Amino acid sequence: MISEETKQRMQSLAARYPVARSAVMPALYLAQQEEGYITQQGLCTIAEAIGMSVDDVESIATFYTMYHQHQPGKRIIKVCTSISCYLRNCDALVEHLEKRLGIKRGETTADGSYTLMTAECLASCGTAPVLQVNNEFVENVTLQMADTLIDELDGELH
Amino acid sequence: MIITKNLDVPDLDNIDVYRQHGGYEALAKALKDYQPDQIAEMVKQSGLRGRGGAGFPTGMKWGFLAKNGKTRYLCCNADESEPGTFKDRMLMEKNPHLLVEGVILTSYACGVSTAFIYVRGELAYATRQVERAVNEAYAAGLIGNNILGSDFSLDVIVHRGAGAYICGEESALMESLEGRRGYPRLKPPFPAAIGLYGGPTVINNCETLCTVPSIVQNGAEWYASFGTEKSKGTRIFCLSGHVKKPGNYELPLGTPLRTLIYDEQYGGGILGDKELKAIIPGGSSTFLLGPDKLDTPLDFESIAAAGSMLGSGGVVVIDQDTCIVAAILRMTEFYRDESCGKCTPCREGTYWLTEILERLEHGHGTEGDIALLLDICDNISGKSFCPLGDAATSSITSGIKLFRSEFEYHVKHGHCMVGTCLVGA
Repeated sequence: MISEETKQRMQSLAARYPVARSAVMPALYLAQQEEGYITQQGLCTIAEAIGMSVDDVESIATFYTMYHQHQPGKRIIKVCTSISCYLRNCDALVEHLEKRLGIKRGETTADGSYTLMTAECLASCGTAPVLQVNNEFVENVTLQMADTLIDELDGELH
Repeated sequence: MIITKNLDVPDLDNIDVYRQHGGYEALAKALKDYQPDQIAEMVKQSGLRGRGGAGFPTGMKWGFLAKNGKTRYLCCNADESEPGTFKDRMLMEKNPHLLVEGVILTSYACGVSTAFIYVRGELAYATRQVERAVNEAYAAGLIGNNILGSDFSLDVIVHRGAGAYICGEESALMESLEGRRGYPRLKPPFPAAIGLYGGPTVINNCETLCTVPSIVQNGAEWYASFGTEKSKGTRIFCLSGHVKKPGNYELPLGTPLRTLIYDEQYGGGILGDKELKAIIPGGSSTFLLGPDKLDTPLDFESIAAAGSMLGSGGVVVIDQDTCIVAAILRMTEFYRDESCGKCTPCREGTYWLTEILERLEHGHGTEGDIALLLDICDNISGKSFCPLGDAATSSITSGIKLFRSEFEYHVKHGHCMVGTCLVGA
């Protein structure tokens, strides 16, 4: 459910840009923030707030990978697997997290706590390997650090 | 040095601290002492070239803006996503006001009244830092109406991307800002003629804009005294991969690769004191160089003469024990995943390049595969809609040229000759 307040924020975003439809990306972020992912209702609200068709909004939402099409876990872990992290053995980190969380990359744990993803170069090559938890960086990650991190996140979630 | 100066000052991201260290003095000076054209001329004379990848002369780019009375726009390209590059993120996180000052100065020089800072979606903290800096600058009267009592007014909007490498390509970035899928546009018309919302538009990389305040403050001659004859100034080299001390190092252009990689002050040598196998000099879109090129100066002309490109400044070091086929496969997967899908050569080509590299890597390759890879590269490079397709082929063509025997070994033995990837064995 998108709140009236959020809808108003979308409308003021549309007024902030020289052309209203420029607000579609920030509006999608607002909808996602409120509902966890991009729902049909979210698309409709955005379409109405900034004067686009629902299909048009959806075509944007499906192009950019940071808009979720399904409900993700409460903590989204993205491990960078591009070249610099690869040279610093990020693959072992992904495999370690897969074992620890009991899921494969791209999956969400049954209790909805974690989604494990691989990501394209996260602009942190000097501190590889690197991962993000809900878009915040954890750098120079060792396998031991990854375990400690999951312990901490478990603590936050339960 | 210049761009990374004061970077370690605590709380530099705070406007007061930034000002205590000379921040916004260049802006005050520009508004008081110089006409917009004089600033543009100064940047032209400084020899500054774009730090995003193409290395186009910045002042000349500004000079191309159409004089047709239409509303002009500035877009800061802070969609940093080139594998091996991590400088703009650092600048935005640690010194966001430097970028904001660069944006204001450039807007003044180019007659722009609305500027956009397009920050990569994954860089959440950097986005918050830039947003906060912009808000502080508004509150201090440095953005908004009649800046510092002058008749110059400016609006700055921070726009967050949402996960698409292609939006670092300037025309795709404008599409994205206009609220569309990030597909590149046909050029010409170039953005300087018909850009954002149809207006003449200047698009500069984050580091480029961060360099402008020091040029205005210290003069074109001062800036041009760094670097080489044709590649002037300094730039941030992002050193990563198999080096002892990876990180961002600002150096004058023309510094030899060997200094960056081996000098104790910078890279400190190869991790584990192994032998060097290959260097990617400017992000994964540039051609691999062999160890024989270590003495090449890091400037646009010398790196081009050595057979590659200075690109985004992302220097990735690969040691002797790395399977080059596996490394190139990893780089190619990136372009397959990030191809926007608009044109066939890139969309289909990057897919098939990955498939073929994968079968070679895993021991199912055939003798014809190496020639097939080169054939596909030839069908993508120069035949794609935008440079992403060309970029996807760089590591493959240069990798086969330098390390053909490794590819052949994979075909013949089904696994790697360096021993680290024995998947197919």
